Amino acid sequence: MDDSKFWPRGTTRCGTVPFGLWMLFCLLMLGWALVSAFLVLYKGLNQTNMNDYFAFGVWIVVDLAVIALGAGAFFTGFMTYVLKREELKNIINAAVIIGFICYSGAILMLGIDIGQPIRGWFGFWHANVHSMLTEVMFCITTYLIVLIVEFVPLILENRQINKVPDLHFFAHNLHTIMIVFAATGTFLSFFHQGSLGGMYGVLFARPFAARTGVLIWPWTFFLFILSAIAAGPSFTTSIVMITEIVSGKKLTTQKTKAMMAKVSGYLLLFYLVLKISDTLYWAFVQTPGMGLSPSVYYQAPYGTWLLIAELGIGGILPCILLLSPQVRSSYFILLVAMLLNCFGVTMNRFVMTIQSLAIPVLPFEKFIAYLPTWQEWGISAGVVAYGFIVFSLAYRYLPVFPQEPKLNPTD
Amino acid sequence: MSSSSSGIRYGMVIDVDKCTGCGACSVACMSENNIGVLPDETDKVRSITWLRVYQIDNHKPYPDTQIAFFPRPCQHCAGALGHHTPCVSVCPATATDRDEETGIVSQIPTRCIGCRYCVAACPYHARYFNWFDVPWPDGLDRPLSPFVAPRMRGVVEKCTFCFHRYQRAKNKAFVDGSTVAEKDYQTACTEACPSGAITFGDLNNPEHKVHELKKSPYAFRLLERLHTNTAVYYMSTREWVRRQADNYLSHEKLAKVQAGGGH
Repeated sequence: MDDSKFWPRGTTRCGTVPFGLWMLFCLLMLGWALVSAFLVLYKGLNQTNMNDYFAFGVWIVVDLAVIALGAGAFFTGFMTYVLKREELKNIINAAVIIGFICYSGAILMLGIDIGQPIRGWFGFWHANVHSMLTEVMFCITTYLIVLIVEFVPLILENRQINKVPDLHFFAHNLHTIMIVFAATGTFLSFFHQGSLGGMYGVLFARPFAARTGVLIWPWTFFLFILSAIAAGPSFTTSIVMITEIVSGKKLTTQKTKAMMAKVSGYLLLFYLVLKISDTLYWAFVQTPGMGLSPSVYYQAPYGTWLLIAELGIGGILPCILLLSPQVRSSYFILLVAMLLNCFGVTMNRFVMTIQSLAIPVLPFEKFIAYLPTWQEWGISAGVVAYGFIVFSLAYRYLPVFPQEPKLNPTD
Repeated sequence: MSSSSSGIRYGMVIDVDKCTGCGACSVACMSENNIGVLPDETDKVRSITWLRVYQIDNHKPYPDTQIAFFPRPCQHCAGALGHHTPCVSVCPATATDRDEETGIVSQIPTRCIGCRYCVAACPYHARYFNWFDVPWPDGLDRPLSPFVAPRMRGVVEKCTFCFHRYQRAKNKAFVDGSTVAEKDYQTACTEACPSGAITFGDLNNPEHKVHELKKSPYAFRLLERLHTNTAVYYMSTREWVRRQADNYLSHEKLAKVQAGGGH
């Protein structure tokens, strides 16, 4: 089957057989997720290994991680449309698609994670304005709508769809007012990235998670925003680079990638200064005030290696690399640095979720470890598979990279 | 200690030295509040026990070993500001509420979406999620109390200080043209305790026994240092018991850091 008439103008794509096999692999992963989701929805959350001690599990970690990594969409949008960084127009489409995948994937996952999915809307109807989670629910839902609005013109730019005059004009008009959506998205995203962090910081009876702060916002509110906007551009660029490696094509210039890397690097530096200060205050002032020593927090298997992995390997190391002009002009080391940055933010979300719950607070409580079931892994893998499918289809059929025809003249 | 807007704050004083760990309070609670029995009750991190009895010991070898029991209902926190429990403020769907009239923290299972954020917020593990559908085999559904709705899978539940008993007492007081007397509102666990270890009443009312008991120099609360400001007090003359009620650094002396206890 020849689908070349749907490819973006001036580009070539791999044959339908290898693409079909890749899709088949993704669909198999998705199948695993669907079986898991069916079991969870039909039989209940007893299909997971979560319990009354580990009220949150791997799904919340994946949720928080993908939302942080998806922050590339709003922050790149903000830099492109509001700060007018023209260079980033070459990567904004990819950022929007990745953001859309991350947010829609997270919402789908949350729908399975709650015990009464049919009542999911109660968060809007019976909203508790004091809850950080309410803010998260409102902002990620409304921001997903913004992302859809940003994604639609790109879909309409498909070579065949764009031939329909009305759709062509609709897409064009949406493009011209994109600054409005970029600004709205930035506002919404700032708040829910922060609220996700606030969710942990406000747990004043959970010493590992609790933080002091300013007014109603604990420090984690600001730290989550910063870590997300530091990692988001890295994730977007990493995905673009991996697509380049897989497709064997150059999709954006090194200048674009270097600009994203530089933004990531400086934001990461700013984040790390605050995060390390926060960690020191938390460990040496706040924790002893609650009668605990920091060593209580780091028990096997959640030992100090987590701190080293999160702030050292996933923080300081990528920060040094991303701030180096030599690394930014390289390819593979740049990719490694960006992936390490993404690893760091993922570890942060893991630690804040799992380790917070693993630490017994009552002195006579026992330490309990948690390992997800295959159903939990299945749904987590499903989000990844869903991302693979959407991004692969988007790359194959939509003009995601405006520089691609020029950078690959032999096509 | 803070109080509710009405000046009433219901609470408990549990004498740990009197508790034998018999579990009658737990059983009475389960029966009173329609808590079902799951096929596998050995899975204690998923089974539901609104009032759990913890066993602690003094970490000394025989023959110096001593044990004690902490019956642990929901602690009905008020927080540092008097109305800010760890759990109520986090619920996105307003499915849990702190009653300003009584200081009782309630749960609305039919509104709960099952996100379990409140479970994560509670340091006492007093909140329970329904991981399973509770089976009510033939016959076991017959003694269900009509005053408490059984809960469904996928929602959180917890001790309510037998709030339905308060409503009944309030109705009676209204008919009688009086106020709710101490004897008219007692929780099921209080009534069931054979050794009289649990005393229940209005912590702010000088006519109620708990008002005096909580002032004992041996009274304390769980995790006082987290400023949860609970409505459940414990009493023990044994220092090692009091020390296990909160976290202390090895060099800290008990008396210096204890913030709640006897006031």
